[in-house]
Amino acid sequence: MAVAVTKIPAELKSKFDELESRGKYPKRLSMLVPALHIAQEHYGWISGDAVAAVAEFLGVPENYVKGCASFYSMFFMDKPGKYVIQVCHNATCQLLGAEDIIAHLEEKLGVETGKTTPDGKFTVLAVECLAACGRGPVIQINNREYHENMNIRKVDELLETLK
Amino acid sequence: MAEETRVVMQDIDVPGMASLDVFVKRGGYLALKKALKMTPDEVIAEVKKSGLRGKGGAGFSAGQKWSFIPKTPGPKYLCVNADESEPGTFKDQMILEFVPHRMIEGAVIAGYAFGATHIFIYIRGEFWKEINIVQKAVDEAYAAGYLGKGVCGSDYSVECTVHPGAGAYICGEETSLLESLEGRRGEPKMKPPFPAIRGLYDRPTIINNVETLATVPAIIERGADWHLSLGTKESPGIKMFSVSGHVNKPGVYEIAYGTNQLDFIETLCGGVSGGKLKAIIPGGSSVPVMPAANCDCPLSYEGLHAAGSMLGSAGMIVMNEHTCMVKMLEVISRFYAHESCGKCTVCREGTHWMTMILRRILRGEGKMEDLDTLKEAADGIEMKSFCPLGDAAAWPVQSFLKHFRHEFVDYIEGRKKMLPKYKPVGTIGHEKLPARAY
Repeated sequence: MAVAVTKIPAELKSKFDELESRGKYPKRLSMLVPALHIAQEHYGWISGDAVAAVAEFLGVPENYVKGCASFYSMFFMDKPGKYVIQVCHNATCQLLGAEDIIAHLEEKLGVETGKTTPDGKFTVLAVECLAACGRGPVIQINNREYHENMNIRKVDELLETLK
Repeated sequence: MAEETRVVMQDIDVPGMASLDVFVKRGGYLALKKALKMTPDEVIAEVKKSGLRGKGGAGFSAGQKWSFIPKTPGPKYLCVNADESEPGTFKDQMILEFVPHRMIEGAVIAGYAFGATHIFIYIRGEFWKEINIVQKAVDEAYAAGYLGKGVCGSDYSVECTVHPGAGAYICGEETSLLESLEGRRGEPKMKPPFPAIRGLYDRPTIINNVETLATVPAIIERGADWHLSLGTKESPGIKMFSVSGHVNKPGVYEIAYGTNQLDFIETLCGGVSGGKLKAIIPGGSSVPVMPAANCDCPLSYEGLHAAGSMLGSAGMIVMNEHTCMVKMLEVISRFYAHESCGKCTVCREGTHWMTMILRRILRGEGKMEDLDTLKEAADGIEMKSFCPLGDAAAWPVQSFLKHFRHEFVDYIEGRKKMLPKYKPVGTIGHEKLPARAY
């Protein structure tokens, strides 16, 4: 009698189970995006382990999970820095100076947009509309908290808090 | 003098409105109780009569949409479209954060009207805070009997799930939203069959915008005639406008349809900041741009149409005289190139092509024939793509070229030049923009 080998760590498994009971989804595959969010929170990005865990949880091939995850820009298919600084540079934020903020971040952190600082601390991204145009320019950190009405000075203050 | 008429936004500044207690104290869920005493058909008839139009962009009659659902037994679904991602639009976020119960109440009324067995609230993934707020509101509503088995003691039962997106503008398009919700890449599907016949899991499904549903309780409470008494004949009622850009008081304002656009900007929004008005994009980045000379018009579906634009999702972007329109168009085009899902050729190739031409013009390497190519590319995408994202990419290009051609010529003839400040990379490990587009 073979013992089933699972690729899902216990902590992640309990979060998946919580999603399953709370979500009440009629079909299992519908949990793909929320499960990927949970896996990314656990591993920091959609790593091979994250893909394997989600694939096992949903009972689909790993390639399928990877193919879907890479469609959505919030899922990182590569290891990001500890802090991902997502600067909106779309219509309104651009009007209000977002491009200068990105250029400033590049210069100050010594990193190109889309890349991570050598110490693995910061990744700078230029993202599309975050739907907070009335309070632009907007920066989001790690897909989570918004920082609004940004300017160069406030960016520097924000960087100070990201240790 | 433009004035606010707050309906969805009434009590939005009251502390704690996101909680069930405060919401109920201020008359929340009374409309649901009233609706449950009516027959489902009466609810649909009232909403149809009120002339409520979808507020996510298309402006289709909400009551009529609900009436398309067949009366067959079995599961039926309501999807709340909270995937607000169109540049310039940020109204739904306010509802989600400050009055989530108003949206839930509207959703349960809608569900009762056409017989939904399950409500899915699809919220864009970046709204992490709002997802948690709405989830808490849903939990409260379950505990108080406004969701779940036997809503308010009636024999109507409905489940509710809060579902996160993950950063794809296209998932705001209804068929893509359903694909994403079923656990696939969010790529649109051909219509017909329309979701009302074969939607989520191939079952009858209605997709409504957050603001549309949040307006429903007031219509049930005060009646269709009250709703018809506001706004204009073709655009009855009120609308939340998100105003951003070069204005002194950016924000969300709820006004009756038909309010004069310039009056609205001058009075409620505190006027244009940093110089004279140059142009307005009145309905989110996809609608045609209006030069200042055309901006003196009523804010209604028909008023904006007559003035050469559209109401769309009512995300107004105001630009002052110092705005470079070529740069603005490049930014808007880049958005659609980035968000094109890649399923159909015209949109996948066309959006990138237009963006690259605009970048070349900005760098000072443009030629006069580029303007014709841009126009041809936009015309070649419009109405020929699989879903409206193609149209959304084409309209700005056509209208910017029509109204601000001279600014493009300035770049082409070497009087202006703007070099990029950085490479626009928006995600990690799967750049959607191929290297050639930089």
